[in-house]
Amino acid sequence: MLSRTAENLYWIARYMERADTAARLLEVGSRISLIPTAHGYRSEWDSLLQATGMAAGFAAKYGDPVQRNLESWLFFDRDNPSSVASCITAARENGRIVRTALTTQVWDALNTAFQELKQLEREERSRLDLSRLTDWVMRHAAMLRGAIDATLLRNDGFNFLNIGYYLERGDNTARLLDVKYYVLLPRVEFVGSGLDNYQWTTLLRAMGAHRAFHWAYGGEVTAAKIAHFLILNPQSPRSLITCVGGIANHLARIAKAYGRETPVQARAGDMLAGLEGETVERVFEEGLHEYLTRFIGEAAALGHAVHEAYFSGEMR
Amino acid sequence: MGKSARGFGVDSIGRRDGFDEMTGTGGDLRQPYARLQDWVQAMPVELRSLKQAEAEALFRRIGITFAVYGEGGDPDRLIPFDMFPRVFSAAEWARLERGIKQRARALNAFLVDVYGRGEIVRAGRIPSRLVYRNEAYEKEVAGFVPPKGVYSHIVGIDIVRTGPDRFHVLEDNCRTPSGVSYMLESREIMMRMFPDLFRENRIEPVDNYSEVLRRTLASVAPLKCDGDPNVVILTPGHYNSAYYEHSLLADLMGVDLVEGQDLFVEGEYVYARTTEGPKRVDVIYRRIDDAFLDPLCFRPDSMVGVPGLMDVYRSGGVSICSAPGAGVADDKAVYTYVPEMVRFYLGEEPLLENVQTWQCGKAEDLAYVLDRLPELVVKEVHGSGGYGMLVGPKASREEVERFRALLTADPGNYIAQPTLALSTVPTFVEEGVAPRHVDLRPYCLVGERIELVPGGLTRVALKEGSLVVNSSQGGGVKDTWVLAE
Amino acid sequence: MLLHVDHVTTYRYEAPVRSAVQSHRLTPSLCEGQRVLDWEVTVTGGTPGAGFRDGAGDFVQGWTVAGPVSEIAVTVRGRVETRDTAGVLRGLRESVPPEAYLRETPATALDRGLRDLALSVQAADRLDLCHQLAGAVAGAIAYAPGATHAHTTAAEALALAEGVCQDHAHALIACARAQDIPARYVSGYLFADAEGAAQEAAHAWAELHVPGLGWVGFDPANRCCPDARYIRLGSGFDAQAAAPIRGIARGPAGREALDVRVAVLTGEQ
Repeated sequence: MLSRTAENLYWIARYMERADTAARLLEVGSRISLIPTAHGYRSEWDSLLQATGMAAGFAAKYGDPVQRNLESWLFFDRDNPSSVASCITAARENGRIVRTALTTQVWDALNTAFQELKQLEREERSRLDLSRLTDWVMRHAAMLRGAIDATLLRNDGFNFLNIGYYLERGDNTARLLDVKYYVLLPRVEFVGSGLDNYQWTTLLRAMGAHRAFHWAYGGEVTAAKIAHFLILNPQSPRSLITCVGGIANHLARIAKAYGRETPVQARAGDMLAGLEGETVERVFEEGLHEYLTRFIGEAAALGHAVHEAYFSGEMR
Repeated sequence: MGKSARGFGVDSIGRRDGFDEMTGTGGDLRQPYARLQDWVQAMPVELRSLKQAEAEALFRRIGITFAVYGEGGDPDRLIPFDMFPRVFSAAEWARLERGIKQRARALNAFLVDVYGRGEIVRAGRIPSRLVYRNEAYEKEVAGFVPPKGVYSHIVGIDIVRTGPDRFHVLEDNCRTPSGVSYMLESREIMMRMFPDLFRENRIEPVDNYSEVLRRTLASVAPLKCDGDPNVVILTPGHYNSAYYEHSLLADLMGVDLVEGQDLFVEGEYVYARTTEGPKRVDVIYRRIDDAFLDPLCFRPDSMVGVPGLMDVYRSGGVSICSAPGAGVADDKAVYTYVPEMVRFYLGEEPLLENVQTWQCGKAEDLAYVLDRLPELVVKEVHGSGGYGMLVGPKASREEVERFRALLTADPGNYIAQPTLALSTVPTFVEEGVAPRHVDLRPYCLVGERIELVPGGLTRVALKEGSLVVNSSQGGGVKDTWVLAE
Repeated sequence: MLLHVDHVTTYRYEAPVRSAVQSHRLTPSLCEGQRVLDWEVTVTGGTPGAGFRDGAGDFVQGWTVAGPVSEIAVTVRGRVETRDTAGVLRGLRESVPPEAYLRETPATALDRGLRDLALSVQAADRLDLCHQLAGAVAGAIAYAPGATHAHTTAAEALALAEGVCQDHAHALIACARAQDIPARYVSGYLFADAEGAAQEAAHAWAELHVPGLGWVGFDPANRCCPDARYIRLGSGFDAQAAAPIRGIARGPAGREALDVRVAVLTGEQ
C-alpha cells in the first residue's frame, strides 16, 4: 500500500484518540477544579495543560485559566492543534484523502462527526454544557472505532489504523497518569490523603475505568493499585501494556503479510517484554514520573521507527 | 396539450427558433427521444421534485465536486444535475465517433510532428509563430517521441450541435480534460433512480470507461518496463477542485492515487513510496500542469512535482500521460488549423467542422471583427471557463465597447467566432420542462488503440437563452445516452 | 588547443539530507571545434540515471544520491581538444527550431533600459547587428564580481551597470530578442591565460541566431566570440535553464554551503 495512505490511516486513528483524550482531560480538569485544593484552581489547570504540552499556547492566547476559556481552548480552538475540533477536522481530512481505502460506514462515522461539530460550533456557547460536549466526543470516537472493527478489511491498512490507536492511547495514558502523580502532587505527604484519593478516582473516571478498576482490585484505592492497573494490567483497555501489546500484535501481522520484519518489530517486542517483566515496586523505585517520561520517549521513538520502516517508503 | 396537473406536454418543450434535439425545428418528435416523451408526460410533478431531491442527495453523499479544466471556483460546490437525458441515436453517434477519433489522431500526429521535424510548419500549412512561440510549446521534449507516438492520451473535444446533421468542434482539450467523473456518476444515478428507463431504452453502457482508460495507459508503458505496467494517477492533492475525480478514477482502475511527495527518482526509474518499500512506477497519468511536473526542469518552486522526473521520462524510464508539451495542440489559435492537420497528416477530409474563427492578430480579420462586434463571440486565445469572453448579441453596449478597446490594444490575444444557434435539449426547470442549450465533451482515449466510450459529458446552460454552459456560470450536467442499434 | 578541465562542486549540508537529485549538463557538446579525449563526471555516493541527448543537443544526465549525507561532491575531469570556429556553432544535432528561443523568461524580461539599449544600435546585416548588440552590452555593464547574485535579472544588472558573465549573457539575450533575434544562454568553461585576460573559468555566454550561419556565440564579458579557449556544455533560455547542475535535496531544512573550484589548463600533461 502507498506509504502516504498508510500514514493517513494511522493519523485518522491518532487524531480521533487524541480528540477523545482532550475531552476526557476537560472532564478531569473541571471535576478536579470543583473541589478545594491546597494549590488552588489555577495551578490544577496549569498542570493539566502542562502535561499535554498545551500550556504555552493557552497562556499566549488567553492568559489566566478561566473555565470558559479552557473549554474553548480544549474543545473548539483551532489554534490549539490538540483541541477536539482540530483533531476531528484533521481526522476527517485524513479520511477524505484516503476515502477509497475506507468503507462507507467508516467514512460516514468520520464525516458525521465533522458535520455535527460544525453545528456545535454554530450553537450558542451558553447552551452547551460540558458533559454534553464530552459525551458527544466519546460517542463519536466509539462509533468510528465500531465502524472500523465491524466493516474494514483486515488488511495492512487496518493494522496501521490500529497501530495509530494504540500508540496514541498509550502515550495519552502515560501523560494523564503523569499529571496526576507528578504535577498535581509534588509533595510526597499528600499521597494517600483523602484529597489524593478523590483525585485518583476522578482520573479513573475520566479514563472510563472507574468501575473496571474496582471490579479488578476492590478495596482501597492506592497508588500502587492504580499504577498497576494503568501500566501493567493486560486486562485494562488503556494500560500501557495493552497498548504496546496491541502495537506488537499489529506489527507482527504486517510483518507476516509482507513476508519480512523490520527493526520496528524488534523494538516493539523489546518494549512489550520490558513491561511484562515489570513490577509496580520497581516502577516506584525508579520513580513514577521518571518511568512515565521514559515510556513516553520510547513510544515516540517507536512511532518514529514505524515511520521510517513503513511511511517513508524508503525501507529496502 | 399544455402543462397539466399530471405532467408536461410536448409543446411546452418545443422551440421554434433553433434546433431542439427532441422536437427538431418543426416541433415533430425525433425518434431517439420517443420513449422519453411518454416518460416525462407520465411523471407527476410531485415525483419529479422528489427525484430531483434524491439525485441531489446522492451527489452530495458521494461528495462529487467538480471543476472543468481551468474554470476555478469553489471546490466544494455541487454542479446542478438535470434528470432529463440527452440522447443520440446509434447512427448519429457512429458519425460523431468517426469524427472524434479522426480529430484525436490528427492532433497526436501534429504533436509528434512539431516536436520532431516540423513538416507541417515547413510545408507552410500552419504559421511557425503559432507553434514555436506558443507558451505551450515545450522545447524540453523536442526530439523525444513518447511510447507509441502518443502525446495526448485523453482527448476531450468540446462539440456543439446546430442542426440534425451539423456538429461543430468548439475547442480541443489535449492536456488533462476533466469532467469524466460526471459522465460516470450521472449514469450511475440515473440507473439507480429510473431503472425502467434503462429497460425500455437500449442504452450503451459507459461504465467500462475506467477499464479502457487503464488499458490505454498500460499500453503506453515505456519499453524498459517488463511485466505488468504499474500505473498511477498523480494529483496535485486533496485541495484540488477535481480531487474527487482523481480518486474516483484511481479507485475504479484499481491504481494508486499519488501526490508528488509519494514518488521519487532513483537511478533510471521513478518509484512510489509504499509500506513494502519503493515500488517502480511505469505510467503516470498526471493531473497537474507541465510547469509543476519537475522542479529540476520546469518551475523550481513547484512543490507538487517530482524532482528528476523529466530526466527519467526523456531517457525512457517512465511514461507521462498526457505528455508534457501536449498543450501546444489545443490553444484557440492553433485550433483554427486542426482541419488542416486532418488533411495534412491523414489525407482525409475533416468529418467534424470547426466553428469559423477570425484571428484578430490578422489585420483583415480584426477589421471584420471590429465591424461586426455585436454579432460575434470574442474569446481570449489562452482563456477558458467562459471568462474573458464577449457574447455580442447578449452584451450591453458598454461591454461591446470595452471589448473593442481590448481588441485594439492587444488583437493577437483574441479570436472571434459567429454566435452559433446551439441545439437545445428539454430540461427540467422551475415551471416544468423547457429547452436549454447544451454542448458535449466526449473523452477519446488514445494508446495502442484509439477508443471512445459511447457517451460523454453534456453540459447545459440552465439560464433561459444562455449559451454559456460552464459550471462556474450557471451550467449543469445531464446524462448522455447513446442508443444501441 | 588541448584543454584540461578539473571542476569540483561541493555541497555541504548543515543537517544531513535524506536524499538528493541532480540533473547535469556537464558533458562537452558534440560539435565542430571540440573533441573530447576523455571526460568523467562523478558524484560521491551517487547513482547515475540514464543519460540522453535533449532536443537542443545537450547531453543530460540525472543523478540521485541516497542519504543521509552531509556532503556531495560533483567532480568533472577531462581533456578536450579545441579549435577556433570564430564563434559559429556547427555540427550540433538539435531539433528545437531557433524561433523557439524568442521566448522571454523572468531573468531576461525586457524593461525600458534594455529596450533602449537594444534599439541604440543599428546595422544592415544580422551578423553585424549581433556584434553591435554584444558590444553595447559589454559597454553598458562593467565586469564587477559580487555586484550581482544568481537571481539578478538582466534589467537589474543593466540598471546597476555592473555584473558578471551571467548578467552580460542575460542582457545580450534580452536585447537580441527585442530585435527579434532568437538568442540563448550557453554555459561552459573558459581557459584563463597567463595574462589573466579572461576572468571566469566556469563561464557563460550567449548564442544568437543568424540566418545562413546558424547559431553564433558572443561573449560580451570578454568582448569576443568563443574560440579555442572555450568549451561548450549546454544551452537554455537563461542561466537557470542552462545550468550545468540543477539539483534539489530532500529535508531536513538547514543551511547549505556551496564550494566551486574550477581549473582549466592547457598543454600536454
